[in-house]
Amino acid sequence: MFDTFRRWSKERHSYAKEWKQRTGGKVLGYFCTYVPEEILYAAEVLPVRILGSHEPSDLTEPHIFGGMFCPFSRDCLAQGLKGRYDYLDGLMIAQSCLHIRQTFASWQKHRPVDFSYYLCMPHNVQSPHAEGYLAGELSQFKEAVEEWTGRKIGTNELNSSIETYNKSRRLLNAVYATRKQENPPLTGEEAMEMVVSNQLTDKSEHNRALEELLKGLPERKLNRPTGTRLMLIGSENDDIPFIRMLESLNATVVVDEHCTGTRYFWNEVDSGEDALRAVARRYVQRPPCPTKDWMPRRRIEHTLQLAKNYQVQGALLIQQKFCDPHELDIPAVRSALEGAGIPTLFLEFDVTVPIGPFKTRCEAFLEMLQQEEDLF
Amino acid sequence: MPKYKTEPLKCWQKAKEIRANYYRDYAQAKEKGGLRWCGGAWSFGAIPAGLGDDVYPLTGEPYAASIAWDKEFSTQCLEAVERKGFARDLCSYMRNYWGSILLNRYVFGGPFPKPDFVWQDHICCSHAKWYQVASELEGGIPMFCIDVACGPYSEINQNKLDYVVGQMHDGIEWLEKITQRKYDDEKLIAAVKDECRSTSLWAEVCLLNKAIPAPLDEKSMFSLYVLGTLMKHSPVVADFYAEMRDEVKDRVARGIAAVPDERCRLMSDTQPPWGFLKVFRYLEEFGALSIGSLYTFGLIGMWEDQPDGSWGPKKTPQEKGMEIKDRDTALRVLAEWNLAKPEWQHFYSPRHKSEMMIRIAKEWKVNGIMLHYNRGCEGLTLGIAENRLDLVKAGFPVMTFEGNMGDEREFDVEMVSSRIDAFLENLNLKKL
Repeated sequence: MFDTFRRWSKERHSYAKEWKQRTGGKVLGYFCTYVPEEILYAAEVLPVRILGSHEPSDLTEPHIFGGMFCPFSRDCLAQGLKGRYDYLDGLMIAQSCLHIRQTFASWQKHRPVDFSYYLCMPHNVQSPHAEGYLAGELSQFKEAVEEWTGRKIGTNELNSSIETYNKSRRLLNAVYATRKQENPPLTGEEAMEMVVSNQLTDKSEHNRALEELLKGLPERKLNRPTGTRLMLIGSENDDIPFIRMLESLNATVVVDEHCTGTRYFWNEVDSGEDALRAVARRYVQRPPCPTKDWMPRRRIEHTLQLAKNYQVQGALLIQQKFCDPHELDIPAVRSALEGAGIPTLFLEFDVTVPIGPFKTRCEAFLEMLQQEEDLF
Repeated sequence: MPKYKTEPLKCWQKAKEIRANYYRDYAQAKEKGGLRWCGGAWSFGAIPAGLGDDVYPLTGEPYAASIAWDKEFSTQCLEAVERKGFARDLCSYMRNYWGSILLNRYVFGGPFPKPDFVWQDHICCSHAKWYQVASELEGGIPMFCIDVACGPYSEINQNKLDYVVGQMHDGIEWLEKITQRKYDDEKLIAAVKDECRSTSLWAEVCLLNKAIPAPLDEKSMFSLYVLGTLMKHSPVVADFYAEMRDEVKDRVARGIAAVPDERCRLMSDTQPPWGFLKVFRYLEEFGALSIGSLYTFGLIGMWEDQPDGSWGPKKTPQEKGMEIKDRDTALRVLAEWNLAKPEWQHFYSPRHKSEMMIRIAKEWKVNGIMLHYNRGCEGLTLGIAENRLDLVKAGFPVMTFEGNMGDEREFDVEMVSSRIDAFLENLNLKKL
């Protein structure tokens, strides 16, 4: 059932090239999930999220100081420098953390494309001025996309795109809801493949695959025990070998709080008379990245709610090495979870992760959780 | 025989007094019935000035740099923060500051003076989060933070300006609410004018360092620019910078040098390692000095293109004959003035910073560039590797050294000295 998602994820470049050939449309690579894909899709552009390949590389050191900037941003840049995204027509970023901005800047400089755009996504998303400001920025962005593509984005096109994206979010939420069951019909690895592929493919096509999946899920049984119910929290995380290892230890990841998971698709664009304003509202109100979670903290409440709804027994706090925004949140998140009775394990990720030592640590963590179950 | 005459700065003692008074006034604010606020050196200090003359700020970065200079206390602060579960690769200013709260020790003596409110702005990922945590460590101090990350000044438009100004207006309402004080727009207007005056005057001082020999060396400039990071909106600082500008102008007229054997002009970048400023004195053994940097020039200094195409001090609204009569105008002036800040531009692309660095290197007749790959500050080290490539491409010899402005455990003074030796030897310099 998940083969399609796995293939799309694994063969992301072939997919994009084939899509381009098939549709004659343009492909834009983006950094950060605050990019308002709805506007691009309305102009028949395929937005694809640029992710790393989890291969060691020394290509980026002349461009990003590796001694203090995150491995994810360097891994993404390596993909550009290696020419793996040579089919891109456009490149953009929505303002988020400093680390990934360097990837955008270096890529723009050394692998220039026809269209590149830095969207000034506000940080103070809790300000009453953020929505109006972002709507203004989106209006400017829409004009830039129209000029680039030569295609006017009318109200109908934008509303239709919003609906496609909302449908995708509803379907992903519906699949995620099945993971609340005592025995979820999918693993965390499969969920990760599903969401990652969602960020790489045409939403209409992905929606059809999700609809097919949802038809079959009620009957699906995993031939494995669910084991301990875990949650993944943190920085960007699309490390399949890690989650596979984790789920081989009598555990299942039942939910997550990161940007290749729920933070990407959680909330929808509300209908409204002003579509751009509605899009702005969605991005301002979505579960925040730590860079934008002030003041007060909203992320913790959302995380605790997810943990409760999905009956999480333990949480893994995953942080890309040097990721300042997450480093700033982790003590507070950890304290809140442990205060709510959810033990945590902190793991620092690099481009590649040391599977052996991590396995030992995860085993110890799970043993501790299982002992608690036995005792009480 | 030294090549040039040199003499101490006459205003040096006064600068020290202003700084000492600032930290004393903050600590003693409560004894005078005053208010204390804390926030970053880039925060819009002119706005809380409208609450009265007895409102005292503590800006985090220079305070933390003072801690970093005291290596023993700094290590205690950093270790206290690590014990709380924070990563040791976070901003070292922030960690020193938090450590001072956790240990309840003010680096200038006594317990850490608890602020009444946090008044911050946000352009670096760590800015708002720094004070979010600081507020929590202090048991929940009210905090207001203004997002200023709305793009490079070259792309400024009404929407961006309205966003910043809208937050400022909200901030004033918030200040009135939490302090229960009536806000005085006249004090705001005066503070805005003083901020424009002091930051433009600082640029004027830096401009004078184009002279050969340079009248100031960067190590001394660190002690002088810092006043602008404490209270750039204060008439005390603006008046001091006017006085200093006159003195430096006089030094240039009389050929007074900062370094008597100047024969090599260097430029640095980002914050220095505060516990190891002696590396700047080490340069002098080769007859080299750092004439400054985008950091010392543009962290608080305000610049713009001059009619002859060179880089010079930004004209203040007063100099342009603009009248500021009401709150909204004052806030718009303040927002637009700050959005043009040189050190805010590279947050959007290293290209902006490279252009300014190359400009300084050319106009200040720099022979070589030392880039501090500063693990302690992600904001100012952002894009530094691309800056290096651009500077090399522009034909400047560049050396890099890794370190940390505020964590002495990450600075190897012997290794850096060796790199300096190698770099200066490559520039055909030997120790004098």
